[in-house]
Amino acid sequence: MDKFENFSGIAAPMPLVNIDTDMIIPKVFLKTIKRSGLGVNLFDEMRYDRQGNEIPDFVLNKPAYRDAQILIAGDNFGCGSSREHAPWALADFGIKVIVSTSFADIFYNNCFKNGMLPVVLPQEQVDVLMKDAEKGANARIDVNLEAQTITTSDGETFSFEVDSFKKHCLLEGLDDIGLTLEKAASIDTFEAQAAQARPWV
Amino acid sequence: MSPKPSAKTLYDKIWDAHVAHEADDGTCLLYIDRHLVHEVTSPQAFEGLRMSNRKVRAPEKTIAVPDHNVPTTMGRENPASMTEESRIQVEALDKNAREFGVHYYPVSDIRQGIVHIVGPEQGWTLPGMTVVCGDSHTATHGAFGALAHGIGTSEVEHVLATQTLIQKKSKNMKVEITGQLRPGVTAKDITLSVIGATGTAGGTGYVIEYCGEAIRSLSMEGRMTVCNMAIEGGARAGLIAPDETTYAYVKGRPHAPKGAQWEAAMDWWKTLYSDDDAHWDKVVTIRGEDIEPVVTWGTSPEDVLPISALVPSPDQFKGGKVDAVKRSLDYMGLTAGQKLTDIEIDTVFIGSCTNGRIEDLRAAAAILKGKKVKDGMRAMVVPGSGLVRAQAEEEGLAQIFQDAGFEWRLAGCSMCLAMNPDQLAEGERCASTSNRNFEGRQGYKGRTHLVSPAMAAAAAVTGKLTDVREMM
Ligand code: SF4
Repeated sequence: MDKFENFSGIAAPMPLVNIDTDMIIPKVFLKTIKRSGLGVNLFDEMRYDRQGNEIPDFVLNKPAYRDAQILIAGDNFGCGSSREHAPWALADFGIKVIVSTSFADIFYNNCFKNGMLPVVLPQEQVDVLMKDAEKGANARIDVNLEAQTITTSDGETFSFEVDSFKKHCLLEGLDDIGLTLEKAASIDTFEAQAAQARPWV
Repeated sequence: MSPKPSAKTLYDKIWDAHVAHEADDGTCLLYIDRHLVHEVTSPQAFEGLRMSNRKVRAPEKTIAVPDHNVPTTMGRENPASMTEESRIQVEALDKNAREFGVHYYPVSDIRQGIVHIVGPEQGWTLPGMTVVCGDSHTATHGAFGALAHGIGTSEVEHVLATQTLIQKKSKNMKVEITGQLRPGVTAKDITLSVIGATGTAGGTGYVIEYCGEAIRSLSMEGRMTVCNMAIEGGARAGLIAPDETTYAYVKGRPHAPKGAQWEAAMDWWKTLYSDDDAHWDKVVTIRGEDIEPVVTWGTSPEDVLPISALVPSPDQFKGGKVDAVKRSLDYMGLTAGQKLTDIEIDTVFIGSCTNGRIEDLRAAAAILKGKKVKDGMRAMVVPGSGLVRAQAEEEGLAQIFQDAGFEWRLAGCSMCLAMNPDQLAEGERCASTSNRNFEGRQGYKGRTHLVSPAMAAAAAVTGKLTDVREMM
């Protein structure tokens, strides 16, 4: 996984609440056995008509937002299915940060596994960022994971919370499995004890 | 960290029994007792193992079954019955299951079915276990008092390689359903009503324990329906403490403990309940008598109302939900103020891991007996597993469905998410016993109303959303 670096990027506003993973990546694209290449189908049913033409009104089709790296979204982003194809599609499109008042649990975890940072902020702050994002491509928003801050194009800075372990993994680009395997001895010990205590498992 | 109180919730107890390692910041390695695998969210995980030369750490605790893509029509063993892409996914599972040596139920096996129905049916799911699957409806297994939740594909790979998950503990939420349900009201109505009350983000950050007299009175099938949709309420998992109903269901299943092991297991299972003075971070109480048969009118599972209600208007809502409601009424082709019972439907789907068990089929058949599906409607029953299908045939339910005009299908996810050929056409409207009414879930521009199996059967007869109590 690539290390997460501080950056300044274009933010696309998506004020809709309850954007679910079926919207992010419709099921027809779940039939792949690969992780890559899903970016063109991100938000497919909202982004293209039945003939495959772009719907000009959709935010990511507007010239200002085609290179967006940040999404400012309505409440409960990423609800629904556990499909990791949703973060894969977002990452493949180039999204690095998603800001909302809340995220669905599985989606939230999946983001970190793919080098993306989901940021939870209170409603008033999300509203400010949403307004900022609506200004278009000139309004670049700064993200600083080390300092845990996000700064609008007007220089207003908000702090966010992030789990220290998850932050560390993002910053270092660490592979979870490798880290866990370093603790293989603890797993072996636990497994042996559990086999004694609950032999029927 | 604050000192641990000695009184524990059921979630605390299962959690504590599975922590294999705890870091200073509270990040834990949670040991996983059962890992269920299906064809859609696993190929990239197995590929990852192969690329890094890793093995499946505990193949004997890993169970694979294809369900999402498989056709539910006869002759599906023939690879030509699937699209190229579906076939590749199912074949990849087949290859991975054999190569890594995990338990496997291919489509040709009568025990094949939806992963969340097969697990409990075969006795893989037991009280006090940790159960995960690359599928959000893993919450279903919580009905046994097992800590069960969905994970993403990276986590599937992590569990395959290490038999653990990196986790931080969630908060405890209690959902109590007091008293008794009234006639015509089912487990599906309970779970939808809870989501209606708390919202789809109401459970975010929590593990829910469902309790109260109305929950205790449910069968295991009903409890699975309730826990299945905990995820739609945003919760990490749903739980119901095990009791005699649980033990009676589990006993004698192929992979349930036997003899002395059964006794030892029972000794532990009987300690699996929330202590009286345990701490709850959030409590929701609903009177069982207040729950009515419900339907969803919008495109989020929280858009739920009693069948006697009217389609709401956007100005009854606040904040971002106003636009979401406008959008969903438009998508659903509904007008505010319209009676829910005036909504005409053209498709009925009975099945899914929410309502594809034998009791669900019995409830629907009880309404359909001696009646006919309205002319011009498409109606199908997709049993949750090959064994459910066989039992329904033996009990004569299949005949009732077929006499009424339902298609009688083979087991799979089918029109719950429409990855196989069972899909709604643009603008078609479906009364469905599944769990998600999202835009496009059952087919591009398809419209879904979530209901209980009995309500689905009633709708099939009248061609409209219908109060099942009028047909009882
Ligand atoms: S039946 Fe539906 S919800 Fe259940 S596992 Fe299959 S697709 Fe998912």
